[in-house]
Amino acid sequence: MPAQDTTPAITAGHLIRRFGNFTAVNDVSFTVQKGEIFGFLGPNGSGKTTVIKMLTGLLPLSAGEATVQGINVRQDPEAVRENIGYMSQNFSLYSDLTVEENLTFYGRVYGLNEQNLRRRINEIVELNGLRPYYKRLSAQLSGGWKQRLALGCAMLHEPKLVFLDEPTAGIDPVARRQLWDLLFDLSAHGVTFFVTTHYMDEAERCSHVAYIYFGRVIADGTPDDLRQLPEVNPPGTYRVEISALQVTQALRAARTIRGIRSATIFGQSIHAQIDDHLDLDHLRKQLEQQGIHVAEIRPLAPSLEDVFVELTFRHQAQQAKQTVATPEVPDA
Amino acid sequence: MLNPFRGFGAVFYKETLHVRRDFATLFFSLIIPLLQMFLLGYGIDTNIREINTVVYNADGRRESRELLERFKNSDTFRIYRYVRNDRDLNEAIISGKCRVGVKIPVDYSDKLLHQMPAQVLILIDGSDSSVAGQAINVSTAIGLDESLRRALATSDSAFAVDMRPKVLFNPDSRSPNFFLPGLTAVLLLNVTTFLTAFSIVREKERGTLEQLFVTPVRPMGLLLGKLLPYLGIGFFELLMIVTAMRFLFQVPIHGNVFLLAFLSLPYIFVSLSLGILISSKATSQAHAMQLAFLTILPSIFFSGYIFPRETMPKFFYFISYFVPATYFINITRGIILRGAGWVHLWTDALALFVMGSLLLIIAARRFHDKVITA
Repeated sequence: MPAQDTTPAITAGHLIRRFGNFTAVNDVSFTVQKGEIFGFLGPNGSGKTTVIKMLTGLLPLSAGEATVQGINVRQDPEAVRENIGYMSQNFSLYSDLTVEENLTFYGRVYGLNEQNLRRRINEIVELNGLRPYYKRLSAQLSGGWKQRLALGCAMLHEPKLVFLDEPTAGIDPVARRQLWDLLFDLSAHGVTFFVTTHYMDEAERCSHVAYIYFGRVIADGTPDDLRQLPEVNPPGTYRVEISALQVTQALRAARTIRGIRSATIFGQSIHAQIDDHLDLDHLRKQLEQQGIHVAEIRPLAPSLEDVFVELTFRHQAQQAKQTVATPEVPDA
Repeated sequence: MLNPFRGFGAVFYKETLHVRRDFATLFFSLIIPLLQMFLLGYGIDTNIREINTVVYNADGRRESRELLERFKNSDTFRIYRYVRNDRDLNEAIISGKCRVGVKIPVDYSDKLLHQMPAQVLILIDGSDSSVAGQAINVSTAIGLDESLRRALATSDSAFAVDMRPKVLFNPDSRSPNFFLPGLTAVLLLNVTTFLTAFSIVREKERGTLEQLFVTPVRPMGLLLGKLLPYLGIGFFELLMIVTAMRFLFQVPIHGNVFLLAFLSLPYIFVSLSLGILISSKATSQAHAMQLAFLTILPSIFFSGYIFPRETMPKFFYFISYFVPATYFINITRGIILRGAGWVHLWTDALALFVMGSLLLIIAARRFHDKVITA
């Protein structure tokens, strides 16, 4: 008998996908363990959806290997699709069908027999609180409820791995938080989630994140691991938050000060990366000399956004160097 | 001081950009009227020419061959086939391959040689009244001319060649009898090509198609599940049209209604496959609408529905072979007007079935390449 299953939910090994001359996914590798909430981040057009299509067997791999729930994607894409749930950003519901009819349709798609179908629909409806809307057309549901219904449809066949492609795009903050509560709940029951998102606060909630930039994964780890990367915290520097009244002027002033490596506005404050030798009192004095009223300056751990921005800059710099070194590569 | 035209320049600037960017819409809105002009300008020749004619020459001697030469030399008739008995003569017309049959009786030459009037039977398919009228006029004229020539040569005054035209179907030339069976083909496209194309493109727009591809649903299961309801709707539509035609418009149905229902299936199949092909290309319902209209136009103009195919220039006549409605119109007119049966129409049904299968294969391929893995 096999011991408690320790095969990863997803392994991606050196995935490559080319479209003609264009390499959309370039040597992407990562591993998602069972029960993780894996956040897959990256700007639009960076290859997130292409990776999902490859992992779900829709797009053939140009090179590399992938397994999903232990199934080789190249060999048996059909079996992969039997064993996963998928919810896209537009929730993919039939708006002219009721909640019940949508659930019934997707249940049949996954080949549930009538008895299992009824049982699962009841469970989903209870779990997601859809009971009051059961006979309503899905067109009449608000964004948050649509999303819960879509998640329900994707989980009718009790998949152990669910792909969520930007599940919270365009829904209100309360519904967003409720969805995450639901995800944590399901994750505690052993379901693995592969989530793409643009929201950095959602990335912070994931147990494992990877950042893809122009087809390459440039960061992969837990949020804490990433915050402690040496590239993000170069020796001899630290990060501070400067609260000031006139943020825009403060930013302009801060950028003139020697020892400040980078600075950006975050709401009513400035996040800056500064050299060790620049102490906080000195910094405050220099700003006040320029007429800025500084409320507070305090040290700060880098956010995931800081991490991704830093890594992106480094990656771009590297690319530029390579382009110079190999002049036959056309300018992208 | 308020300028009522405020913003004109900006909107004008933006709109010209839109028009230039959306090349497809511009193309279709400009090209379709032009296409229609070409069709109506070149496609219609009110002088009906080259009517397919079947000949049964029971006589076969010099005099009969001279008469046939006159038919050949006339612009109106094109001798399509020679047959050796009455049955084949009738079959050629019932099957729709020929519109006119010429029967020269066995004693034609004898009668002429003995200075007696000789009759020639002209069988005319009356389903298209303009073709029938032209056939009557020209064949009678040929008879007169031949008589005159003989009279001058032999200095005999009797009318020697007596053309006896007989209009076979739709003898009173009712236009509903002619148009309604053809209209069926065009109307059916509405519920088949249009509805399938829309139903798939709508799923594209909503993103539900993308969702389905990530489920165990296989492309063939998806397409078949989508096609079957519309096949049912198309079939039901056909039954309604035929019922209305028979009882409201009093078009007599000379053939077997069940055969008509059965032979409509391959046509509906072609139309549905066209719908899938369109949906693999179209990105929005408006786009699908434009493409679907492109299929309606040839079905109206090239299929013989309005203009007899005989009157078309060679090029358009050639195109008409690739228009599914051409075959289906021959089936509907054949069964309804001429009482045609399976033996006359199986080639049309086969042509439709082959077209439908090819289209479905192309559509399924395109669907796989351009929609699923795009």
